[in-house]
This record gives sequence, C-alpha cells and structure tokens, in this order.
Amino acid sequence: MAASNSVLGLYDSPDAGANAMDGLRSAGFALGTFDVLTGTPYPEGAFGEHVPQHRLFRFPFFGAMVGITLAILFTAGTQLAYPVITGGKPILAVFAMLIIAYELTMLGAVVATVVGIIFESRLPNLNLGAYDTRITEGYIGVVVECEDDRIEEARGVLQTAGALEIKTA
Amino acid sequence: MQQRRILDEVTINRELLRGNLATPKWWLPTVLGLLVVVLFGFTLMGIMFNRGLGVTGLNRPVYWGLFITTFVFWVGISHAGIMISAILRLTQAEWRRPVTRAAELLTVFSLLTALFFPLIHAGRPWRIFYWITPFDFARGIFPNARSPLIWDPFAIGTYLTGSTLFLYVALLPDLGVLRDRTTGWKHSFYTVTSLGWRGNPRQWRLQTVAGILLSALMLPIFVSVHSIVSWDFAVTPSVEGWHSTIFAPYFVIGAVHSGVSAVVTMMALMRWLWGWDNYIRPEHFDALARLLIVVALGWMGFTFAELIFGVYSLEAPERALREMQMFTWPWNLLFITFFLTAFAIPVPLWFFKRVRNNIALMFWTSILVNIGMWLERFLIIVPGLSRKQPFVFTWDSYQVSPLEWGLLLWSFAWVLMLMLLFSKFFPLIPLFETKESQVFTTDIKIGRVNVPAVIRELD
Repeated sequence: MAASNSVLGLYDSPDAGANAMDGLRSAGFALGTFDVLTGTPYPEGAFGEHVPQHRLFRFPFFGAMVGITLAILFTAGTQLAYPVITGGKPILAVFAMLIIAYELTMLGAVVATVVGIIFESRLPNLNLGAYDTRITEGYIGVVVECEDDRIEEARGVLQTAGALEIKTA
Repeated sequence: MQQRRILDEVTINRELLRGNLATPKWWLPTVLGLLVVVLFGFTLMGIMFNRGLGVTGLNRPVYWGLFITTFVFWVGISHAGIMISAILRLTQAEWRRPVTRAAELLTVFSLLTALFFPLIHAGRPWRIFYWITPFDFARGIFPNARSPLIWDPFAIGTYLTGSTLFLYVALLPDLGVLRDRTTGWKHSFYTVTSLGWRGNPRQWRLQTVAGILLSALMLPIFVSVHSIVSWDFAVTPSVEGWHSTIFAPYFVIGAVHSGVSAVVTMMALMRWLWGWDNYIRPEHFDALARLLIVVALGWMGFTFAELIFGVYSLEAPERALREMQMFTWPWNLLFITFFLTAFAIPVPLWFFKRVRNNIALMFWTSILVNIGMWLERFLIIVPGLSRKQPFVFTWDSYQVSPLEWGLLLWSFAWVLMLMLLFSKFFPLIPLFETKESQVFTTDIKIGRVNVPAVIRELD
C-alpha cells in the first residue's frame, strides 16, 4: 500500500459499517486499501469485506522440520560424543531418541505457528493510524488508506454512509 | 443451555476489566499474605541448599518423596488447561468461553511450580543444567538421552513454552482493549504487548484459525507430557508397583481428573471474588461436573485395573506391596482418604443436578478431588520405594519433614499469588470470546418458549 494517510469513519451499527464498505468499493477505492475494524469477531463477509487469505498452515511444517532436525542432532550428537553404555541400551537408542524428537518436533511446530500468526496478522505494527478507542466498545470503524488527493472523497463516502465521526491520521 | 445474559460491549469491558482498571479491596492484603508464605518457602529452600537434603525426611531407599509427589501433582493440575481449552475450542463448545483463559493460566502457573520440585529435589539445583543441556564441552560430558529424567525436561519445556504462547496469542485482542482503556505507563505497556492489534478481519481470521491450529498441536503434547512423567516410574523395573504398561494413560486421565477439578475450584473463586455472575454461571459448573463424571469413572477403571493386575499376578512382592498400601497403618488411612476424596464422595454427588448447579458444593467437591489426587501420587511413589529392599527396617524409613510440608504449602501460595498478580494486569475471562458469543447467539421462539440459539460458521 503506497498510501500516506488513513481516514477513519466510526459507525454505531454493523449495517452502517457495511454500507460504508460498499460505498468505498463503489467509489473506486482499490481492494485492500480499506478495511473494517471491530472489537468483536463478526462472521466472515458480514461487512462485504474481502476475505483475507493466509499461509499460516505452512509455518508448523517448517517449525516441525527444524525441531526434528535439532532433536536428532542433540540426541545422536551427545550420545556419540560421550559413548558410555548405560542400562544395557545401545548408544543410539531409537525409542529414547524418538521421545525427544517428538517433543522438539511439536515445540518447533508450535513456536513457528505463533510466529506465523503474528506475521500473517501483519503484527507488530505499533502505528495504529486513524483509530478510535470506541471500536473496542462496540463501534465499527471503517478505515481507508489513501493519497492526499483522495482524502476529501474518502471523507465524503464515509459521511454519506452515516459516520458518527471521521478522523484522519 | 437455557441461561443467557444479553450484555453490550461497554458492560462486558467494565465488568471483566474490573480487576484490571481498579484494585479490589481484598487484592493487596491477599497478595501480601501470600507473599509472606512464598518468601517463607524460598527461605526453606535456601536452608535446604545450605544444609543439604538431610533436612528433609528422605532416607534410604526412599529418595523420591513429597517433592516428587508434588511435582507430579502440579503437572497433573496443568493438564486442565489444554484439555479444557483445546478440546472445547476444537469442538466449538459454546460454554467454553469463560473457562478457557483460567484453564490455560492454570496450566502455565502449575507447570512453572512443578518445575521447581525436581530442581530443589536435586539438592544442588544448578547442577541439573549438566544433566539436560549439552554445554560441558571442556569435559566432554553430555546428557544421557536414554534416561527418562532427560525426557521430562523436554516434555515439560515444550508444554510450558507452547501453553504460554497459546495463552499470549489468545490475549492479543484483550490487550488491545486494555490499551484503549488505560493511560500513562499502562497504556504504553499494553500498546507494546498488544503488538498494535486493531481488530481487522485479517487479524480476527488469524485469531480463529490460531485457536484451532494451536489446539490441535497442543493436544498431542498434553497427552505426551504426563505419559513421559509416568515413565519416570514405569520404566524402572526395580520398584514394585511402578513397572506398569498402564501408567501412561492412567497418569494422563488422573491428571485430567485433578486438573478439571482445579478449574472448577478456580472458577468458583473467580465468580465469588470478582462477582462475575453474568459470565460464570451454574450451567458452566454443570457442564464441568458432567465432564468430571466421565473422567473420574474412566480414571477409576484404570485404578481398578492397576490393582487387579497387581493382585492377580500372584507375585509375592507385588501382593505384599498392595497389602501394605491398603491394609497397613498408616498407608491404609491414606488409601481410604484417597479413595473417599478422589472418587467415592464427589462422583456420586455429581450425579445430582442440584449439586452440579450448586457452586459452593462444586467448589468443595473439587477441593476434595485434589486432596485425593495428591494422596494418590504419594501412594504410588512412596510405598513402592519403601519396599525396594527386602529389609523390614527400611519399610517406614520415610517421614515427611516439616520443611517438606512447608514447601508443599509454598507451592499453593506461589500459584495463587501468580494468579492474583496476573489478574491485576490481564483479564481472566476472554473479553473477545464473550463479545463474540453475544454476536453469534440469538433467541429463537419455538412454540411458547424462547430458546438461545448459537450460529456457527462453516469453515
């Protein structure tokens, strides 16, 4: 997004928020330049918004691969480096290695998933742009990212849809 | 589910953030009281490190006593979190909403507490790092990956890391709410920890997928952790009563029994202390009690199977051990107390709807279960070790010392203190889940009654 400004319209009902989204689409604002902000998860498509795509499911596989590799290196490496037979077990005891490999595989998958969630959510991003704290009290925010020359047009569309307040950042 | 409260987001914010945005009168004195016990416990640990393990009651051949019992107990409690949170999320059970955060939190803090016990039990905790991390390149001595005592840290470390991350991810939207309701350093703190959460459809979508995906990943870890803890005992052939193939599932289901009971205890306390009657309702206790009946019956099945296989083997040492556990003083008193408190008193009571919907009764029965489950672990660990040698004079060699009782008390104070500290900075009931429930629930009229109906998205 090459935009430099964000304009926020605040609405007191989901219907008004959906109308604002429709208005922005009709006015020719590109998909991905406007978004709806809510304090509650609404059913997908409730605001006629673009259903976001993600690649989160790739992350756990990558993490699991890293985890199992580290586990094999740890278990095989340490036992071969200090090859003392204990309990009558072979130096590379497969069952024992499997247990540690299982745990580290799962650990890698979980950590990578959490990294994936944060990355795919486009976080961290401490600059909130145009925002209103009433969004987490049930109000609906519709935010548009646009160049200077379209700010007034965006404000007009948001106002037409019945915005209670419009903020620019 | 006929109970439903229609609440707007402002009310939900105000009521659920009551403990975060203001300090209840009882909070500070309670935390200070717990802090005294916690500091007392740390002092006891210091004395033990200074003077050695001789200050405990541990004596040949009983080298695993109250500390290891308490370790297994807290690992068991930790199983509530993921069991409740993950299974209920995966099945999209509507009643999960006020329960999940408390359950996940209990997992994290009970695991943190459990970790202390093997460390202090070693007498010289700093030496444990030689056992589990391959850093001693100078001497070329590395961990023995074939030992179950090495599997444990990997299992618990994975579970603790995963549970903490799971908890944090589900906290992100609520941290955004706190950011919007605070000023000054608190605002800065929540701005950073919420990572700039705004609540756009992408973030909500990821939050939903994350709940399901992390649940699916955490469930196998949850099963593996107590299985591996049980193998600390089960792979030891030299102790009667320990070397059993049934131990892994037996420990896991026992952990669920004690863990879910602990969630009941915690939910009752949350309702009473913060007055969250609109959120933690009798229907939640009813649902948890039904779950507990199933779990307790399954667990009792395993207990019975363990005993019957021990007795029917006709092996003299195994039978002698069971005789000692059940019929010899003082073990028989412990055994009867264990059986009554973990099963015979609470489970029949839970069959009655009036009991399941009575929060005070649910609170006390859940406490009983955990007294019984602690005793169960003690009865598994200590009598077997006492009879490890054929010498009669070692059979009652272990007497729990006051220092060990003190550290048991410390563990409860420590968990409670951590919980209360958490409650000051973070919401104990997920706000966004509660609000989502309001959006996705509506009343429909069937004949002459209005029934709450939950809308579910197909994914």
